[in-house]
Amino acid sequence: MAESKTTILNMGPHHPATHGVLRLVLELDGETIVKATPHIGHLHRGIEKIAENKNYHQIIPLTDRLDYTAASLNNLGYCMTVEKLIGVEVPKKAQYIRVIMSELARIMGHHLWLGSHALDIGAMTLIFYTFRDREMIMNINEELSGYRLTPSFLRFGGLAKDITPDFIKYVRDFVKWFPKAVDGYNSLLTDNIIWRKRTMGIGTISAEEALNYGMTGPSLRGSGIGYDIRKVLPYCSYDDFDFVVPIGDKGDVYDRYLVRMEEFKQSLHIIDQAIENLPEGPVKSDNPWVSNPEINEVSEDISALIRRFKIQSEGAKAPVGEVYHSVEGSKGELGFYLVGDGTAQPFRMKIRPPCFMLTSALPRLLEGHMLSDAISIIGSIDIVLGEIDR
Amino acid sequence: MGLENYLKHENILVTNITDFVNWGRSNSIWPCTFGLACCALEMMATSLASYDIARFGSEVYRPSPRQADLMIVSGTLTKKMSVMVKRIYEQIPEPKWVIAMGACASTGGIFKSYSVVQGVDQIIPVDVYIPGCPPRPEALLAALMKLQAKIKTEKLDSRPDVDE
Amino acid sequence: MIVEKINKSLPGLIEDQIWFRDELQIYVKKELFISFMKHLRYNEDFKFDLLLDVAGIDRFSIKPRFELVYILYSLEYNMRLIVKLKVDISDIVPSMTIFWKSANWPEREVYDLLGIKFSNHPDLRRILTWDNFEGHPLRKDFPLQGPDFNEKFNPDSIKVY
Repeated sequence: MAESKTTILNMGPHHPATHGVLRLVLELDGETIVKATPHIGHLHRGIEKIAENKNYHQIIPLTDRLDYTAASLNNLGYCMTVEKLIGVEVPKKAQYIRVIMSELARIMGHHLWLGSHALDIGAMTLIFYTFRDREMIMNINEELSGYRLTPSFLRFGGLAKDITPDFIKYVRDFVKWFPKAVDGYNSLLTDNIIWRKRTMGIGTISAEEALNYGMTGPSLRGSGIGYDIRKVLPYCSYDDFDFVVPIGDKGDVYDRYLVRMEEFKQSLHIIDQAIENLPEGPVKSDNPWVSNPEINEVSEDISALIRRFKIQSEGAKAPVGEVYHSVEGSKGELGFYLVGDGTAQPFRMKIRPPCFMLTSALPRLLEGHMLSDAISIIGSIDIVLGEIDR
Repeated sequence: MGLENYLKHENILVTNITDFVNWGRSNSIWPCTFGLACCALEMMATSLASYDIARFGSEVYRPSPRQADLMIVSGTLTKKMSVMVKRIYEQIPEPKWVIAMGACASTGGIFKSYSVVQGVDQIIPVDVYIPGCPPRPEALLAALMKLQAKIKTEKLDSRPDVDE
Repeated sequence: MIVEKINKSLPGLIEDQIWFRDELQIYVKKELFISFMKHLRYNEDFKFDLLLDVAGIDRFSIKPRFELVYILYSLEYNMRLIVKLKVDISDIVPSMTIFWKSANWPEREVYDLLGIKFSNHPDLRRILTWDNFEGHPLRKDFPLQGPDFNEKFNPDSIKVY
């Protein structure tokens, strides 16, 4: 009686550098995958333990480096959690600018997904176009904060400083140019026969199973469940804007691709509404423990000097209590669980990364497929290792 | 190369050959893709349309270390990954160079914890360090030009695989 | 309102409840933990079908030392609930992978970083640190830079299988 032996193949942590350091141990029977085991932890930097030794304010640059493809969304999640714990109100103009920066970050993250997914399958031209459009958004980031990739522009109670007229001009130029770019991407891939044959019917997962595995974000919406935190538990004045959440129905790679392409257009619609209806007002709250006074006041008034000294040396103190808050990141639900103990340092900070649950569903998604389909599936769920390993 | 074993002593015959070989080596450096974390995105941006690295000679990024000359370590090096870095460095054939890109690869960056190696030069020898978090693409191009200037001053028998 | 519903169908299981910033946190007793979570998962009144995360907290100077936090969400009733369990250093907690498959990797992470063991887990081993790592990093008595902070780093001491 013939017995079939399986080969073990190691897709090691060093493979063409688009997705990061993920190690997959595959058991193959010929060309078909029988069992897949992901090994993570090659980028584990200990962010949660470092955060127990720093002020609440000093953790903001650390959170930027979690999902480094769409950095402003992590800042939004962390700042909103601390504001919920301490109890700080954010003025309306700052909320609208936070929405603009978050949607721009979401578009940036989806650009990287599209370029690298197409590159892995074989369509090499797209990555040049998507990086050209990413440069436009990085110019907007640089105009506000000086950084291209990791702006760290949000503070508790609002923003770091007020926006410039150049920012409004750059955003309006981007809103005018971007629909042509999306039409260009669609014309290259959506009705392409080779793309359809490589992506339709691959990596299918039903809605119930996806929910059981804890998947959220566009990967869950591709299977048919419309769970988007911006609609079900609205935050940061998202209920002022009018947008649609796209939902797929079969749950394969092609449906997840269509969901994200539609999210490009919906994010642009939100940015358009926000920049046209931008209200007037301050960009920082006036809670004395959280927001710094203006620089010219500090050099003239003794009470502003004392307030700035107290904030910089001690920091904002949180009450005793625990709070959980989540935002809709570009890959799924990004949540922060903070435990405060009355001092200026968090007692425990737990980050709920969306890609952690998506990677734990990889053994179920890869089973029974061929080796070259594994590349399509890993690209379609869009993982970022900085977030998984923290 | 066997040529260096025969021409061990510096004389007038060798200087022209040394200049020629160094000119060839410095203008066609092919990097090995080694992106670990956030700096990898700036490295990708350097190689694509807006800041083109191909005009400096680095035409393609080779994923296989056997076909590469340069290893750009971009991103945080953790202790779990250090075994792989050392193994890949040893697989690149001579002549080879290393650029440590970013604050995390140079000295450990903002992560001083139990699982991060404080600088990639604790494991492999480094030629050029680039500060920044992440550094701009123009900084990577400036580092490449500094490396090219360094290669032009090398002697033929300064590589470790030439026996005495 | 939800506390009354739980008390009506499962009396005597809730140890304590806290309302903080409009969210409910429930402390549960350890004895009937499995039937409590099964009721929350499958009963028509609750239907918490998404387990978002499992977290562990090390309260160093209080007995029992650890706390486990389960964050649940129900799609049908649009409700979020935080369930907490007090665990001591040598306790073994029943694993929730029987009800939600999304508890698999978070429980491995709690075992790796804090040292709490789970029973009936399909694959309990280290996930974020390397395989011959000694100690549990997120405990309060583990130094931030590791126990070997003043020695030179030797890559041969790391074993990855």
